[in-house]
Amino acid sequence: MTRVHDMGGRFGDGPVDPGAPDEPIFAQEWHARALAVTLAAGALGQWNLDMSRHARERLAPRDYMSFSYFEKWIAGLADLLVETGVLTEADLRGQGDDAVHPLAARALKSGDVAAALARGGPADRPYDGHPAFAPGQAVRTLRPAANRLVDGGHTRLPAYAAGATGRVLRCHGAHVLPDAHAHGRGEAPEPLYSVVFPAGALWAAPENPRDEVTLDLWQSYLEPA
Amino acid sequence: MPHDHHDHDDPHALLPPDPALRVRALETLLARKGLIEPAALDEIIDTYQNRIGPRNGAQVVARAWSDPAFRAALLQDATPVVADLGFFGRQGEHVVAVENTPEVHNMVVCTLCSCYPWPLLGIPPAWYKSDAYRSRAVREPRKVLADFGVSLPEEIAVRVWDSTAEVRYLVIPRRPEGTEGMSVEDLAALVTRDSMIGTGLARAPTA
Repeated sequence: MTRVHDMGGRFGDGPVDPGAPDEPIFAQEWHARALAVTLAAGALGQWNLDMSRHARERLAPRDYMSFSYFEKWIAGLADLLVETGVLTEADLRGQGDDAVHPLAARALKSGDVAAALARGGPADRPYDGHPAFAPGQAVRTLRPAANRLVDGGHTRLPAYAAGATGRVLRCHGAHVLPDAHAHGRGEAPEPLYSVVFPAGALWAAPENPRDEVTLDLWQSYLEPA
Repeated sequence: MPHDHHDHDDPHALLPPDPALRVRALETLLARKGLIEPAALDEIIDTYQNRIGPRNGAQVVARAWSDPAFRAALLQDATPVVADLGFFGRQGEHVVAVENTPEVHNMVVCTLCSCYPWPLLGIPPAWYKSDAYRSRAVREPRKVLADFGVSLPEEIAVRVWDSTAEVRYLVIPRRPEGTEGMSVEDLAALVTRDSMIGTGLARAPTA
């Protein structure tokens, strides 16, 4: 049900290393290249952000845990390129051809980078329904945390927050549903809410009874409490 | 070291195992087929290396400290307010500002990946993307704050924002004492990156 990326609340990771204030933005030159190749390949339009997140999450647990951050990006990208038919396994083996690709006309040009980054990818969508929940209302998350459309599929409900009761803080309007969008099932927009949970609703031994955790959750992740 | 397992045939395993070589192999392959333009990659890197970073967010915070109408509009609906300052686009399409007060300290994490407000803060630091931060920030935020040298009184509630959707959070830290009358520019210099994630506090002015 769960995947290794869903690590909120896990024990055993040790201290956080805050690093040095003058740390470079990219620790290695290849980190910067990995980010740029991923963004530029995304501009070919053969997948969406939810699919690329899912590609990283689907890495075998031993790969996920042994790869550094940008190694995960590049592995997810290679897998997506083959899955979507942009490249073949022969290409990755270095046995493909160098003919100009049918998608080459869509390649991101340097002169278009600023506009593409400025445009981004807004996730809000028009919605003609009425949000089921109002600010202040008590809601409970579904349990288990799982994609209800695709078994083992992408979802944005973390396991640590499954089956917990919280309170709606605000509605962000309707947003693209990752559980559908990551699997080519359309955008399926539905209301998105910030829901606040007392730490005691999530953890056996909260650090402080006053503390809270807030998550952004889609309507279909929630039921009235 | 090559992977010592071959029991799965994920496409990425066909590329060279060394990460720097793996990136270069993919870049070369895509460029040869005309699917990426190397100059576009340079442009993307230059943008995030040199042009977009936490100074953007610091300007927003300093304005919020100085201008009550700006602060009210920011807390009401931050997206158009920061867009007016030129901060919008990828990983900043939907922005919410959350304000620290004497009662509540806010802190931001993405437990599932590494969501972060790029137009306001740039590319996230390594620690933000680390397993330790992602796993612990929601369960023991006060111990994580201690790793950053920050200790909060018991009376202040910690509210952790797990960025599970496309909404990106900017923490407005508390304005330090002794900054009355300071200019927006001088105030912005007190606003650290970590203070806008909630793992730090704004710097005190040097007398």
